[in-house]
Amino acid sequence: MGKREVQEVNAGSMADIAFLLLIFFLVTTTMDTDTGLATLLPPPVEEEPEDTPPVKERNVFTVLINSNNQLLVEGKPMEIRDLTEAVKEFIVNPMDDENLPEKNVKEVEFFGTVEIGKGIISLQNDRDTEYQTYLMVQNELSRAINELRDDASKRKFGKEYGELEKEEQKAIRTLYPRKISEAEPKNIGK
Amino acid sequence: MAKFRKKKSGGQQAINTASLPDIVFMLLFFFMVSTTMKEVDLNVVVKPALATELVKLEKKELVTFIYVGVPAKKYQSLYGSEPRIQLNDQFSSVTDIQSYIAQSRDAMTESTQSKMIVSIKADKECPMGIITDIKQALRKAAALKLNYSAAEMVADR
Repeated sequence: MGKREVQEVNAGSMADIAFLLLIFFLVTTTMDTDTGLATLLPPPVEEEPEDTPPVKERNVFTVLINSNNQLLVEGKPMEIRDLTEAVKEFIVNPMDDENLPEKNVKEVEFFGTVEIGKGIISLQNDRDTEYQTYLMVQNELSRAINELRDDASKRKFGKEYGELEKEEQKAIRTLYPRKISEAEPKNIGK
Repeated sequence: MAKFRKKKSGGQQAINTASLPDIVFMLLFFFMVSTTMKEVDLNVVVKPALATELVKLEKKELVTFIYVGVPAKKYQSLYGSEPRIQLNDQFSSVTDIQSYIAQSRDAMTESTQSKMIVSIKADKECPMGIITDIKQALRKAAALKLNYSAAEMVADR
Protein backbone atom coordinates (compact mmCIF):
# COMPACT_ATOMS: atom_id res chain seq x y z
CA MET A 1 0.00 0.00 0.00
CA GLY A 2 1.38 3.34 -0.92
CA LYS A 3 1.18 6.37 1.24
CA ARG A 4 -2.08 8.16 0.89
CA GLU A 5 -2.62 11.75 1.75
CA VAL A 6 -4.94 12.32 4.64
CA GLN A 7 -8.22 13.40 3.21
CA GLU A 8 -9.89 16.44 4.71
CA VAL A 9 -13.21 15.84 6.36
CA ASN A 10 -15.94 17.54 4.50
CA ALA A 11 -17.17 20.31 6.77
CA GLY A 12 -19.92 21.44 4.49
CA SER A 13 -22.65 19.89 6.58
CA MET A 14 -21.35 21.47 9.76
CA ALA A 15 -23.65 24.43 9.24
CA ASP A 16 -26.63 22.12 8.91
CA ILE A 17 -25.81 20.32 12.13
CA ALA A 18 -25.34 23.59 13.95
CA PHE A 19 -28.61 24.88 12.55
CA LEU A 20 -30.37 21.79 13.77
CA LEU A 21 -29.06 22.31 17.30
CA LEU A 22 -29.87 26.00 17.12
CA ILE A 23 -33.46 25.30 16.13
CA PHE A 24 -33.77 22.74 18.90
CA PHE A 25 -32.70 25.30 21.49
CA LEU A 26 -34.85 28.01 19.95
CA VAL A 27 -37.90 25.81 20.26
CA THR A 28 -37.23 24.53 23.76
CA THR A 29 -36.23 27.89 25.23
CA THR A 30 -39.07 29.36 27.19
CA MET A 31 -38.29 32.96 27.92
CA ASP A 32 -41.20 33.25 30.30
CA THR A 33 -40.60 35.69 33.07
CA ASP A 34 -42.24 34.96 36.36
CA THR A 35 -45.17 37.16 37.12
CA GLY A 36 -47.14 37.78 40.25
CA LEU A 37 -48.91 40.22 42.49
CA ALA A 38 -46.48 42.39 44.39
CA THR A 39 -47.22 43.28 48.00
CA LEU A 40 -45.34 44.66 50.92
CA LEU A 41 -45.60 43.03 54.32
CA PRO A 42 -45.74 45.20 57.42
CA PRO A 43 -42.50 45.24 59.43
CA PRO A 44 -42.38 42.88 62.40
CA VAL A 45 -43.51 44.26 65.72
CA GLU A 46 -42.61 42.84 69.10
CA GLU A 47 -45.93 43.57 70.70
CA GLU A 48 -48.97 45.17 69.27
CA PRO A 49 -49.09 48.67 70.70
CA GLU A 50 -52.24 48.95 72.73
CA ASP A 51 -52.89 52.62 72.45
CA THR A 52 -53.24 52.91 68.69
CA PRO A 53 -55.77 55.59 67.96
CA PRO A 54 -59.07 54.08 66.91
CA VAL A 55 -59.97 54.39 63.26
CA LYS A 56 -63.43 55.66 62.57
CA GLU A 57 -65.89 53.12 61.26
CA ARG A 58 -66.58 55.14 58.12
CA ASN A 59 -62.91 55.16 57.19
CA VAL A 60 -62.56 51.38 57.12
CA PHE A 61 -63.64 49.16 54.27
CA THR A 62 -63.82 45.66 55.69
CA VAL A 63 -63.53 42.68 53.41
CA LEU A 64 -63.97 39.26 54.98
CA ILE A 65 -63.50 35.97 53.19
CA ASN A 66 -64.86 32.85 54.82
CA SER A 67 -63.81 29.22 54.48
CA ASN A 68 -66.32 28.69 51.67
CA ASN A 69 -64.66 31.46 49.66
CA GLN A 70 -67.58 33.84 50.09
CA LEU A 71 -67.12 37.55 50.56
CA LEU A 72 -68.59 39.78 53.19
CA VAL A 73 -67.95 43.41 52.30
CA GLU A 74 -68.99 46.10 54.78
CA GLY A 75 -71.37 43.64 56.40
CA LYS A 76 -73.04 42.56 53.19
CA PRO A 77 -72.36 39.53 50.98
CA MET A 78 -70.85 40.43 47.64
CA GLU A 79 -69.59 38.78 44.47
CA ILE A 80 -65.92 39.21 43.60
CA ARG A 81 -66.72 40.90 40.30
CA ASP A 82 -68.51 43.77 42.09
CA LEU A 83 -65.62 44.40 44.44
CA THR A 84 -63.57 46.72 42.21
CA GLU A 85 -66.40 49.21 41.77
CA ALA A 86 -67.21 49.16 45.48
CA VAL A 87 -63.57 49.81 46.39
CA LYS A 88 -63.31 52.63 43.89
CA GLU A 89 -66.42 54.30 45.26
CA PHE A 90 -65.08 53.91 48.78
CA ILE A 91 -61.72 55.46 47.96
CA VAL A 92 -63.02 58.36 45.88
CA ASN A 93 -66.23 59.12 47.81
CA PRO A 94 -67.49 61.36 45.01
CA MET A 95 -70.66 62.56 46.75
CA ASP A 96 -69.03 63.23 50.16
CA ASP A 97 -71.28 60.57 51.63
CA GLU A 98 -71.34 60.48 55.41
CA ASN A 99 -70.81 56.74 55.49
CA LEU A 100 -67.78 56.86 53.21
CA PRO A 101 -64.33 58.02 54.34
CA GLU A 102 -63.38 61.50 55.42
CA LYS A 103 -60.94 63.53 53.41
CA ASN A 104 -57.74 65.33 54.21
CA VAL A 105 -56.79 68.50 52.42
CA LYS A 106 -53.19 68.24 51.33
CA GLU A 107 -50.71 69.95 49.06
CA VAL A 108 -49.53 67.63 46.28
CA GLU A 109 -46.97 68.45 43.65
CA PHE A 110 -48.43 68.95 40.12
CA PHE A 111 -51.98 68.85 41.53
CA GLY A 112 -52.02 71.72 44.03
CA THR A 113 -54.35 71.44 47.01
CA VAL A 114 -56.45 68.32 46.77
CA GLU A 115 -58.65 66.25 49.00
CA ILE A 116 -57.29 62.84 49.81
CA GLY A 117 -59.52 60.15 51.25
CA LYS A 118 -58.59 58.68 54.62
CA GLY A 119 -59.96 55.27 53.72
CA ILE A 120 -58.25 52.06 54.73
CA ILE A 121 -59.09 48.68 53.31
CA SER A 122 -59.11 45.94 55.90
CA LEU A 123 -58.81 42.39 54.62
CA GLN A 124 -59.34 39.32 56.70
CA ASN A 125 -59.55 35.74 55.60
CA ASP A 126 -60.13 32.36 57.14
CA ARG A 127 -57.39 29.77 57.41
CA ASP A 128 -59.37 27.57 55.06
CA THR A 129 -59.91 30.18 52.37
CA GLU A 130 -58.66 28.99 49.03
CA TYR A 131 -55.49 30.68 47.81
CA GLN A 132 -57.05 31.50 44.45
CA THR A 133 -59.93 33.37 46.08
CA TYR A 134 -57.60 35.33 48.32
CA LEU A 135 -55.48 36.22 45.31
CA MET A 136 -58.53 37.29 43.33
CA VAL A 137 -59.58 39.62 46.14
CA GLN A 138 -56.05 41.06 46.33
CA ASN A 139 -56.17 41.35 42.57
CA GLU A 140 -59.46 43.27 42.58
CA LEU A 141 -58.18 45.62 45.28
CA SER A 142 -55.03 46.29 43.26
CA ARG A 143 -57.08 46.70 40.14
CA ALA A 144 -59.27 49.35 41.80
CA ILE A 145 -56.23 51.32 42.93
CA ASN A 146 -54.43 50.90 39.61
CA GLU A 147 -57.47 52.05 37.65
CA LEU A 148 -57.87 55.12 39.84
CA ARG A 149 -54.21 55.96 39.40
CA ASP A 150 -54.44 55.47 35.65
CA ASP A 151 -57.51 57.69 35.45
CA ALA A 152 -55.89 60.46 37.46
CA SER A 153 -52.71 60.22 35.43
CA LYS A 154 -54.59 60.33 32.12
CA ARG A 155 -56.58 63.35 33.22
CA LYS A 156 -53.51 65.24 34.40
CA PHE A 157 -50.68 64.12 32.15
CA GLY A 158 -52.44 62.38 29.26
CA LYS A 159 -50.43 59.20 29.82
CA GLU A 160 -50.87 56.00 31.73
CA TYR A 161 -49.43 55.76 35.22
CA GLY A 162 -46.70 53.33 34.16
CA GLU A 163 -45.30 55.77 31.59
CA LEU A 164 -44.90 58.70 33.96
CA GLU A 165 -41.74 60.14 35.43
CA LYS A 166 -40.78 59.13 38.96
CA GLU A 167 -41.86 62.43 40.50
CA GLU A 168 -45.22 62.32 38.77
CA GLN A 169 -45.81 58.75 39.87
CA LYS A 170 -45.05 59.76 43.41
CA ALA A 171 -47.61 62.54 43.26
CA ILE A 172 -50.27 60.15 42.04
CA ARG A 173 -49.32 57.63 44.70
CA THR A 174 -49.95 60.27 47.37
CA LEU A 175 -53.27 60.96 45.74
CA TYR A 176 -54.33 57.31 45.80
CA PRO A 177 -52.22 55.51 48.39
CA ARG A 178 -52.34 51.75 48.67
CA LYS A 179 -53.64 51.26 52.18
CA ILE A 180 -54.52 47.64 52.69
CA SER A 181 -54.36 46.25 56.18
CA GLU A 182 -54.44 42.51 56.69
CA ALA A 183 -55.68 41.12 59.94
CA GLU A 184 -54.67 37.80 61.44
CA PRO A 185 -56.86 35.13 59.91
CA LYS A 186 -59.65 33.52 61.86
CA ASN A 187 -60.14 29.84 62.19
CA ILE A 188 -63.84 29.35 62.37
CA GLY A 189 -64.33 27.21 59.33
CA LYS A 190 -63.40 23.92 60.93
CA MET B 1 -11.04 25.01 -9.63
CA ALA B 2 -9.03 26.96 -12.09
CA LYS B 3 -10.99 25.40 -14.90
CA PHE B 4 -14.24 26.38 -13.26
CA ARG B 5 -13.21 29.96 -12.85
CA LYS B 6 -12.32 30.24 -16.44
CA LYS B 7 -15.72 29.10 -17.51
CA LYS B 8 -17.70 31.40 -15.25
CA SER B 9 -15.36 34.32 -15.35
CA GLY B 10 -18.12 36.71 -16.31
CA GLY B 11 -20.77 35.41 -13.84
CA GLN B 12 -21.42 36.19 -10.17
CA GLN B 13 -18.97 34.87 -7.64
CA ALA B 14 -20.35 32.61 -4.93
CA ILE B 15 -20.29 34.06 -1.43
CA ASN B 16 -17.87 32.31 0.82
CA THR B 17 -19.93 30.40 3.35
CA ALA B 18 -17.03 29.00 5.31
CA SER B 19 -17.81 31.24 8.29
CA LEU B 20 -21.46 30.31 8.38
CA PRO B 21 -20.95 27.51 10.92
CA ASP B 22 -19.13 29.93 13.17
CA ILE B 23 -21.99 32.39 13.08
CA VAL B 24 -24.52 29.69 13.73
CA PHE B 25 -22.45 28.31 16.58
CA MET B 26 -22.30 31.74 18.09
CA LEU B 27 -26.08 31.98 18.02
CA LEU B 28 -26.28 28.47 19.38
CA PHE B 29 -24.06 29.31 22.33
CA PHE B 30 -26.07 32.43 23.02
CA PHE B 31 -29.25 30.43 23.29
CA MET B 32 -27.62 27.68 25.28
CA VAL B 33 -26.35 30.18 27.82
CA SER B 34 -29.51 32.25 28.04
CA THR B 35 -31.76 29.25 28.41
CA THR B 36 -32.66 28.82 32.03
CA MET B 37 -33.30 25.24 32.84
CA LYS B 38 -35.45 24.71 35.87
CA GLU B 39 -33.16 25.16 38.85
CA VAL B 40 -35.10 23.02 41.23
CA ASP B 41 -37.14 19.92 40.74
CA LEU B 42 -40.58 20.49 42.07
CA ASN B 43 -41.58 17.95 44.66
CA VAL B 44 -44.94 19.58 45.09
CA VAL B 45 -47.69 20.07 42.56
CA VAL B 46 -48.22 23.74 41.83
CA LYS B 47 -51.11 24.77 39.65
CA PRO B 48 -50.58 28.51 39.29
CA ALA B 49 -53.28 30.84 40.48
CA LEU B 50 -54.67 33.39 38.06
CA ALA B 51 -54.70 37.17 38.31
CA THR B 52 -54.70 40.21 36.06
CA GLU B 53 -52.77 42.95 37.84
CA LEU B 54 -49.41 41.27 37.38
CA VAL B 55 -45.93 42.59 37.91
CA LYS B 56 -42.97 40.99 36.18
CA LEU B 57 -40.12 39.57 38.21
CA GLU B 58 -37.28 40.71 36.05
CA LYS B 59 -34.16 40.44 38.14
CA LYS B 60 -33.83 36.75 38.81
CA GLU B 61 -30.93 37.19 41.20
CA LEU B 62 -33.14 39.12 43.61
CA VAL B 63 -35.85 36.53 43.82
CA THR B 64 -36.11 33.71 46.33
CA PHE B 65 -38.80 31.14 45.74
CA ILE B 66 -41.00 29.33 48.21
CA TYR B 67 -43.15 26.56 46.78
CA VAL B 68 -46.36 25.43 48.42
CA GLY B 69 -48.56 22.59 47.30
CA VAL B 70 -49.63 19.01 47.66
CA PRO B 71 -46.66 16.60 47.46
CA ALA B 72 -46.25 14.87 44.11
CA LYS B 73 -47.66 11.34 43.76
CA LYS B 74 -44.40 9.54 44.47
CA TYR B 75 -43.88 11.42 47.75
CA GLN B 76 -47.41 11.08 49.02
CA SER B 77 -46.78 7.82 50.86
CA LEU B 78 -44.03 9.56 52.77
CA TYR B 79 -45.33 13.08 53.25
CA GLY B 80 -49.10 12.71 53.02
CA SER B 81 -51.43 14.68 50.81
CA GLU B 82 -51.69 17.86 52.84
CA PRO B 83 -50.09 20.95 51.27
CA ARG B 84 -46.43 21.24 52.18
CA ILE B 85 -43.70 23.82 51.81
CA GLN B 86 -40.73 23.19 49.56
CA LEU B 87 -37.53 25.17 50.01
CA ASN B 88 -34.71 24.45 47.60
CA ASP B 89 -35.02 20.74 46.93
CA GLN B 90 -36.64 19.43 50.06
CA PHE B 91 -39.83 19.48 52.02
CA SER B 92 -39.64 21.89 54.93
CA SER B 93 -41.71 23.34 57.67
CA VAL B 94 -42.50 26.94 58.50
CA THR B 95 -39.73 27.06 61.10
CA ASP B 96 -37.11 26.46 58.38
CA ILE B 97 -38.08 29.58 56.48
CA GLN B 98 -36.10 31.98 58.61
CA SER B 99 -32.81 30.17 58.07
CA TYR B 100 -33.63 29.68 54.40
CA ILE B 101 -34.14 33.42 53.95
CA ALA B 102 -30.94 34.17 55.86
CA GLN B 103 -29.10 31.69 53.67
CA SER B 104 -30.30 33.14 50.39
CA ARG B 105 -29.67 36.63 51.68
CA ASP B 106 -26.07 35.73 52.43
CA ALA B 107 -25.68 34.46 48.90
CA MET B 108 -26.55 37.87 47.52
CA THR B 109 -24.24 40.84 47.21
CA GLU B 110 -24.50 43.43 49.92
CA SER B 111 -25.94 46.13 47.70
CA THR B 112 -28.81 43.96 46.53
CA GLN B 113 -29.70 42.42 49.86
CA SER B 114 -32.22 45.09 50.70
CA LYS B 115 -33.98 44.57 47.40
CA MET B 116 -34.63 40.92 47.96
CA ILE B 117 -38.01 39.69 46.79
CA VAL B 118 -39.63 36.52 48.03
CA SER B 119 -41.97 34.87 45.59
CA ILE B 120 -44.55 32.45 46.92
CA LYS B 121 -45.51 29.92 44.32
CA ALA B 122 -48.53 28.29 45.79
CA ASP B 123 -51.08 25.94 44.37
CA LYS B 124 -54.34 27.71 43.71
CA GLU B 125 -56.31 25.30 45.82
CA CYS B 126 -54.14 25.34 48.88
CA PRO B 127 -55.70 26.86 52.01
CA MET B 128 -54.58 30.27 53.24
CA GLY B 129 -53.56 28.98 56.66
CA ILE B 130 -50.19 27.71 55.49
CA ILE B 131 -49.57 30.87 53.48
CA THR B 132 -50.38 33.06 56.46
CA ASP B 133 -47.86 31.10 58.50
CA ILE B 134 -45.27 31.71 55.78
CA LYS B 135 -46.10 35.40 55.76
CA GLN B 136 -45.60 35.64 59.51
CA ALA B 137 -42.28 33.81 59.22
CA LEU B 138 -41.20 36.17 56.45
CA ARG B 139 -42.07 39.16 58.59
CA LYS B 140 -39.90 37.78 61.35
CA ALA B 141 -37.09 37.19 58.86
CA ALA B 142 -37.48 40.80 57.70
CA ALA B 143 -38.11 39.77 54.12
CA LEU B 144 -40.97 42.12 53.44
CA LYS B 145 -41.10 42.34 49.67
CA LEU B 146 -43.49 39.64 48.71
CA ASN B 147 -44.77 38.46 45.38
CA TYR B 148 -47.68 36.08 45.01
CA SER B 149 -46.81 34.19 41.88
CA ALA B 150 -49.70 34.02 39.44
CA ALA B 151 -50.32 33.49 35.77
CA GLU B 152 -52.03 35.91 33.46
CA MET B 153 -55.77 35.54 33.38
CA VAL B 154 -57.64 36.39 30.23
CA ALA B 155 -59.80 39.31 31.22
CA ASP B 156 -63.48 38.51 31.04
CA ARG B 157 -64.58 42.12 30.99
